[in-house]
Amino acid sequence: MGVGITVEHVNAFYGKTQALFDINLVFEANHATALIGPSGCGKSTFIRCLNRMHETIPEARVEGTVRIGDLSVYNGTSATQLRRRVGMVFQKANPFPTMSIYDNVAAGLKLNGFRNRKQLDEVVERSLNSAALWEEVKDNLHKKSGASLSGGQQQRLCIARALAVQPEVLLMDEPCSALDPISTGKIEDLIFQLKEQYTIVIVTHNMQQAARVAEFTGFFLLGKMIEFDKTEKVFRKPSDKRTEDYVTGRFG
Amino acid sequence: MSHQAVPRPRFDAPESDPGPASKATLKMDSRAIPLLQGKVSEIPDALFGWTMRLCGLAVVSLLVLIVYELIARSQLSWHAFGWSFFARSDWNPVEEQFGALPFIYGTVVSSILSLVIAVPLAVGVAVFITEMCPVTLRGMLSFTTELLAAIPSVIYGLWAIFILVPLLRTYVQPFLAKTLGWTGLFTGPPYGIGMLAAGVILAIMIIPIISSITREVLTVVPQHQREGVLALGATRWEMIRMGVLRNARAGIVGAVILGLGRALGETMAVTMVIGNRPEIAKSLFAPGYTMASVLANEFSEATSNMYLSALIEIGLALFLVTIIVNALARLMVWSVTRGLPARNIA
Amino acid sequence: MAKTVLQISWRRRIIDHFMTGVAVLTVVLVLLPLGAIFAYLIYKGAGSINWAFLTQTPKPVGEPGGGMANAIVGSMVILAIASLMGVPLGIGAGIYLSEYGRNRYGDVVRFVSDVLNGVPSIVIGIVAYGLVVLRQGHFSALAGGVALAIMMVPTIARTTEQMLLLVPQAIREAAYGLGIPRWRTTLSITLRTATSGVITGVMLAFARVAGETAPLLFTAFGNQYWNWKSDQPTAALSLQIFSYAISPFDEWHRQAWAGALVLIILIVAAVAAVRFAVKHGTLAGA
Repeated sequence: MGVGITVEHVNAFYGKTQALFDINLVFEANHATALIGPSGCGKSTFIRCLNRMHETIPEARVEGTVRIGDLSVYNGTSATQLRRRVGMVFQKANPFPTMSIYDNVAAGLKLNGFRNRKQLDEVVERSLNSAALWEEVKDNLHKKSGASLSGGQQQRLCIARALAVQPEVLLMDEPCSALDPISTGKIEDLIFQLKEQYTIVIVTHNMQQAARVAEFTGFFLLGKMIEFDKTEKVFRKPSDKRTEDYVTGRFG
Repeated sequence: MSHQAVPRPRFDAPESDPGPASKATLKMDSRAIPLLQGKVSEIPDALFGWTMRLCGLAVVSLLVLIVYELIARSQLSWHAFGWSFFARSDWNPVEEQFGALPFIYGTVVSSILSLVIAVPLAVGVAVFITEMCPVTLRGMLSFTTELLAAIPSVIYGLWAIFILVPLLRTYVQPFLAKTLGWTGLFTGPPYGIGMLAAGVILAIMIIPIISSITREVLTVVPQHQREGVLALGATRWEMIRMGVLRNARAGIVGAVILGLGRALGETMAVTMVIGNRPEIAKSLFAPGYTMASVLANEFSEATSNMYLSALIEIGLALFLVTIIVNALARLMVWSVTRGLPARNIA
Repeated sequence: MAKTVLQISWRRRIIDHFMTGVAVLTVVLVLLPLGAIFAYLIYKGAGSINWAFLTQTPKPVGEPGGGMANAIVGSMVILAIASLMGVPLGIGAGIYLSEYGRNRYGDVVRFVSDVLNGVPSIVIGIVAYGLVVLRQGHFSALAGGVALAIMMVPTIARTTEQMLLLVPQAIREAAYGLGIPRWRTTLSITLRTATSGVITGVMLAFARVAGETAPLLFTAFGNQYWNWKSDQPTAALSLQIFSYAISPFDEWHRQAWAGALVLIILIVAAVAAVRFAVKHGTLAGA
């Protein structure tokens, strides 16, 4: 089961430029929440703050409180510890190029010192199954490298890789933006199934996608969260004029 | 941080309090017994980071160590001779009188001579490979010139002793003496061994470095510079001269200076053919001596402390000259190949 | 009017052809010595390499036969010592530069590496002499190894840095996202992805120092006999070639050529392996 995420008064900075302004919201456990907004609005920055991935960017700095379940993200937890509970899928599929399919999925456990071969085999199969990739790759688990798969398969491999570590939360940063419509459809189906067990936060610039997969939607503009509500409400009867302009395609 | 400040959506799904409720779900979860147990220690990360920083620091301390060793061990000679060490031309280990001028002269002359021979050839090869050569030949040619760089100095020396020197002695030197003897640069008995042989073998050795860096510089000249000149109806040579070479000037000069740095410090091949006599002669046929080769020949035989110290002072001078020359060259090459600072990527 | 235009273009065309000819000539002039060196190496060396050359130690002056077995082994020992010290330090410095050194301190290390790269090898020999030979009181394989290690470090550091920088940031982030600690990510993901490139750098550095003579003259010093101790004067192939080449004996000249051929075969094999690794390594596809 997933856990909820509480975000309170989050401000983010790149050097002296402020990228996020006082973000407050709650992600419901075992639901999918979409974050939409024009490019550069801070939605990717925001999702990186949830698992402290912003720390890989020099000069990036975050203030405020984020709690994932009972875990305080910024106080008293190491980023590594936190990220074991929060899986992340990136915009561009990024399998480890020198590793086989099996090793890609097992990497998160193996490189954290998990050695039980039998259990590892089970986890790899279960994760690939959950990512709807098992049938396509089961014959070449050790033979083929992760980089030899097609774009859509690679992205599902990355999802399987994230699931193998048994996270409670799955962060997805525009996971379909580099994929063709058929692969996108497969990933969306997957998100639909996964949200029964995981709390999913998905950043997307595709409003139809947000409408299809997410129960809740947040609209970001220029580093501020303008509106957060049930997806249907955001798209049908937004309460903010700017949200309305965006979802009806009047700008961005 | 009151909860009122958080805009919470109204929704029909069973509302769950994110606080204590999520704790409860966590316990019921199949993931309640995680595969990865235990707290992550920050210590290995810190340890690793500092070990790597130590490696970086080690590189810097290597240079400091080199400078320290050279300065500390040349003190004796420095105190005895001061600056005059570099102006005196007597080198007499028996009476402990040391002057480095003949070696400085030999190093400078042999290096300049090698540049005079190598630069036109190296630039010509680079231009041919980047601008004229059919693509199929390009890879092979650049590989072959790189191969020249992989041959050890001592093998160049071996070849020079047995092939180049006899060749110079029987054909080149008599010819030069006859045609250019009046300049005074090509007079005296044609031993074969001497400054000329050193210059030629050095030239062969520095061609690869000059040529490969020139090639690197030529390839970063933007294509539109070439097209611009061609569009004016220029021939290929005019395009190369105006569109390519002119834009790459600073980089080519850098490549040449880099070659000079290599020539100044080159030891073995020069030692084997220069004649090893600490004399200053105008003729390029005469034997000479370089800073590097006096170190190679006399260092392990230096019996007195003063002798050793004088040799190390020559080493120090050689070190200083080459790093200044190299730093200068790097800056010039960077000015061309680095249009944008690397920082922009981040 | 039309005539002048025609004349100029005629002259310009001649110059164009002439300069192309000059460029071709320079290529020929550069390839000539290369060809000559290899031709002589094979011509003079191949005839002198025999079983005795590869298995025996040098004979005294005047006696025919003998070989460079001790020098071949000595070279290997010295290179092993150099690699043992230089490779880890160089790779470590490269990791520092790419993963921790994207700042002013890194720039200092970067600049110092480039400076070190340009220090004449004979000067490195002096330093190793001061550091090891004077302290130990005798010439040794260790001193030679230290000298060569100092020469390997900057090359390895800079190529390792460049190869690690070629690994996309996204690969590192994928690992961080899985909760893999930074040290583990660097070693098992980043370095592993760049392996073939890093090996290329190591082999380039190795090839460069493998034929070095100057820094060994007063560190390893050379030896006419077998020596199995790392703290005694040790023979090296390059040193042996040098002393035989400047000797007045035909038999020794012959052996110098043979030694040179053995040395160059070892080095060319390394360079060829480098080319192969670059072409068929994982980075070729990236």
